[in-house]
Amino acid sequence: MYEHDVIVVGGGGTGLRAAIAAHEEGADVAIVTKLHPVRSHTGAAEGGINAALQDGDSWEDHAYDTMKGSDYLADAPAIETFTQTAPEETIQLEHWGMPFSREEDGRVSQRPFGGLSFPRTTYAGAETGHHMLHTLYQQVVKRGIEVYDEWYVTRAAVTDEEDPNDRECHGVVAWDVQTGEVAGFRARQGVVLATGGLGQAYDHTTNAVANTGDGVAMAYRAGVPIEDMEMVQFHPTTLPSTGVLISEGVRGEGGILYNSEGERFMFEYGYATNDGELASRDVVARAELTEVNAGRGVDDEYVHLDMRHLGEDRITDRLENILHLAEDFEGVNGLEEPMPVKPGQHYAMGGIEVDEFGETCIDGLHAAGECACVSLHGANRLGGNALPELIVFGALAGRHAAGTDLGEPQIETGYFDGADTEELDVPTGKPDGEPVEPTADGGIAQSPEAVIERAVDTENERIETLLEREDGVNHADVRADVQESMTENVNVFREEEGLKQALRDIREARERYQDVYVADKSRTFNTDLQHTIETRNLLDVAEAITMGALARDEFRGAHWRAEHQERKDDEWLKHTLVSWNDGDPELWYRPVLLEGNEKTYEPKERSY
Amino acid sequence: MSTQTPETESETETEAEAETERPSTSAAQEERMAEKRERAERRAADEAADALEIEGETIELKVFRYDPEIEGKQEPRFDSFAVPFEQGMTVLDALIFARDEYDSSLTFRHSCRQAVCGSDAFFINGSQRLGCQTQLSDLDSPVRVEPLPHQDVVKDLVVEMEHFYDQMESVQPFFDPDELPEGELEEQRQSPENRENVKLSTRCIWCGACMSSCNIAAGDNQYLGPAAINAAYRFYMDEREGEQKRRERLEIIEQEHGVWRCQTQFSCTNVCPKDIPLTEHIQELKREAVKSNLKFW
Ligand SMILES: Cc1cc2nc3c(=O)[nH]c(=O)nc-3n(C[C@H](O)[C@H](O)[C@H](O)COP(=O)(O)OP(=O)(O)OC[C@H]3O[C@@H](n4cnc5c(N)ncnc54)[C@H](O)[C@@H]3O)c2cc1C
Ligand code: SF4
Ligand code: FES
Repeated sequence: MYEHDVIVVGGGGTGLRAAIAAHEEGADVAIVTKLHPVRSHTGAAEGGINAALQDGDSWEDHAYDTMKGSDYLADAPAIETFTQTAPEETIQLEHWGMPFSREEDGRVSQRPFGGLSFPRTTYAGAETGHHMLHTLYQQVVKRGIEVYDEWYVTRAAVTDEEDPNDRECHGVVAWDVQTGEVAGFRARQGVVLATGGLGQAYDHTTNAVANTGDGVAMAYRAGVPIEDMEMVQFHPTTLPSTGVLISEGVRGEGGILYNSEGERFMFEYGYATNDGELASRDVVARAELTEVNAGRGVDDEYVHLDMRHLGEDRITDRLENILHLAEDFEGVNGLEEPMPVKPGQHYAMGGIEVDEFGETCIDGLHAAGECACVSLHGANRLGGNALPELIVFGALAGRHAAGTDLGEPQIETGYFDGADTEELDVPTGKPDGEPVEPTADGGIAQSPEAVIERAVDTENERIETLLEREDGVNHADVRADVQESMTENVNVFREEEGLKQALRDIREARERYQDVYVADKSRTFNTDLQHTIETRNLLDVAEAITMGALARDEFRGAHWRAEHQERKDDEWLKHTLVSWNDGDPELWYRPVLLEGNEKTYEPKERSY
Repeated sequence: MSTQTPETESETETEAEAETERPSTSAAQEERMAEKRERAERRAADEAADALEIEGETIELKVFRYDPEIEGKQEPRFDSFAVPFEQGMTVLDALIFARDEYDSSLTFRHSCRQAVCGSDAFFINGSQRLGCQTQLSDLDSPVRVEPLPHQDVVKDLVVEMEHFYDQMESVQPFFDPDELPEGELEEQRQSPENRENVKLSTRCIWCGACMSSCNIAAGDNQYLGPAAINAAYRFYMDEREGEQKRRERLEIIEQEHGVWRCQTQFSCTNVCPKDIPLTEHIQELKREAVKSNLKFW
């Protein structure tokens, strides 16, 4: 068993920032991550980091834009903490040497981004995430923080009180991908999950292959509710063949969208007569698909994004990376031709329910970054708001996990008596005969060590069962089925029948998964085994996404429903939560907090 | 595979239905069963169609295989896979196809599919490249994929990266200015020119291709190697670090297994997927060393 004060799971922007923060509080920290930190998906972020840095801008304006962008499904205390802290966290990166793009006077540049009332997006070319990830990793190296890289975490080790609100987390179980060794990691103070996105639930996504929602599924099965999972962001400009992202920076710098008739549809068809291409992502994604569905798409599939008029100098200075991406992955020269783009899954606004210090309803178990939902982005995340989220909430989670007293959180977590619940008229949950994985130690273990040992035994059993089976279903087939159904039915446009269909497909996939087997019997670098376990996680998150989408019969932000074309504030100013409940998911609600420390936000119509 | 046969499915259905305790059981159940059968048929049809498709244009992928643990795989060999070719397909796509369709034990690192995570550098038709950045259409068939040379193979295409990471970290790859500006919102200004100077060096994604292509590194295990020297360059050239730190950095770069080992063969520069002018950076640092009159090895 390995032992540290704080265990951070994941080495992306969030995990690294959390580890540095915990280390600065004097804790002995370790990062356990399935990829080496510099391979994390934060490195793929292109556009930038929002922070109110300049005269004429203010955290209040940033907060207002974020709340409006969220379509009033965000919690005000989270937004205020976020917008107030983003400036110092961003400049902290600057102090750590992040190579930001600069103005003539040597200060960091800022540019306009969708849904922002001020050009407050700092950036480093069109490879902001790469520089942020590497800068943070450099600081981790400088501090000598221990990193267990290529260790795959499968489970949080928690006690098994009946009520998840009474449970405690003592560590995690992981296996060394290189050797297959399964081991317990004890966290004397706290665990921080920072495992990133879940884009692999879809087959057209900007996300890395490693973004399989592991942390979300792990926390969920340990008893933590997962929040607003139906709120999935589809980015309007991804390359059609691969899903590779073309940054919003292109539109920020003045890039224009055209349909196949050469019309600038954002204006000409009135989707966003004020902001045009720079309207919020949900608005632009729907506009593009509406054009394609109306027969005005190119090759019936995509639209064109044109940046030629920006001129070679500006493009190479600020968007050079985009030229490489368009060339390498689509064979298009962005200086001479418009680039083909279409919407693709991009970001999970929902995730593990946490308070503003990253803590879940389980003592000692924290989460931050894309796997968490504090709820900052509500129904639609503004471009450039995720990277500052990683550093703001990553740092808070790291500090809190290290035992620092940060006061009383304003955001409550965990299921409470009297919560509204809802049942869905569709089969969900575990199929017959599926063994219920014990959430924790079966009431046997008392000491932290014993809790972890039990968890290790459970994982060993699970892995052995998978490896011992000689024949069965290939996980890749199950994964592909789920991805296809999600893309078909739980995408930008959603209809009741389609959502039900997706739930049936997921249910069928679960049944198939009961017979899944791992063909590779080697303990050395067994990616077959790893992908099999990841697929299991995708099933759980896909189900929660779809359940939330079916329950929420209104139109809010990224969540569009054919039968319900209006935002229903009377009924739906509330978060959807799904609790694991021994494998039979339970859906319930919690009201949105529109009252912050400093301000109260009145829902208004969103217009762009 | 038993769950795919209709009989077993109907059984599971009935039980599942009982569990959810809904009224109009039979109608809904029948509807679902019908759908399930339809889906099973569709899947069977799809699979048949897939099988036919492979008879179209294919590419032969020859992949290096080795597993130290499994008997019969301990002897290194090449496996051939016929992969259906589509315009736009990359070597990584082909490897994924081979793994998901033919042999799920085929092992390689990959994640971002967009040339930023640096995990899928392989030796492809005799040259170090990123699988995800290399179009099949640019290669002669058969496409031969091997692990990076000069690194220990863990399994199939996965190589040991520890040594590379150690070299990267040995140059103190972190910004270390003497002092920070007053006030937490005050920036350490950097001229756009200076940023431009270091810009290319900051693009490294730690893929290890350069190190693997370098003859000197192959013969001298202690040589810092092009990527680590480039990391040192990034900080040495930054105008904001202090004199003392610059000296320390120069000492690291100038050590016995540092810049002077480079024989300007340009192989690193040729393979770098991020087009970093590595050899040039190494040469510039040699000039800096001469200028500051440090020792020669
Ligand atoms: C293409 C793209 C462009 C983007 N551009 C922007 C932008 O310009 N601005 C912006 O604000 N946001 C942007 N975003 C969003 C933002 O980049 C992400 O939300 C953010 O980087 C996620 O960071 P993270 O630290 O939470 O997760 P990640 O960086 O994905 O890191 C997850 C970490 O968890 C580890 N991990 C996962 N599962 C396990 C497990 N089971 N065991 C152990 N370790 C595990 C992984 O190894 C990895 O280290 C973009 C996103 C994408 C996909
Ligand atoms: S310098 Fe280029 S080739 Fe070498 S590790 Fe970095 S990106 Fe790869
Ligand atoms: S998969 Fe990330 S660089 Fe190729």
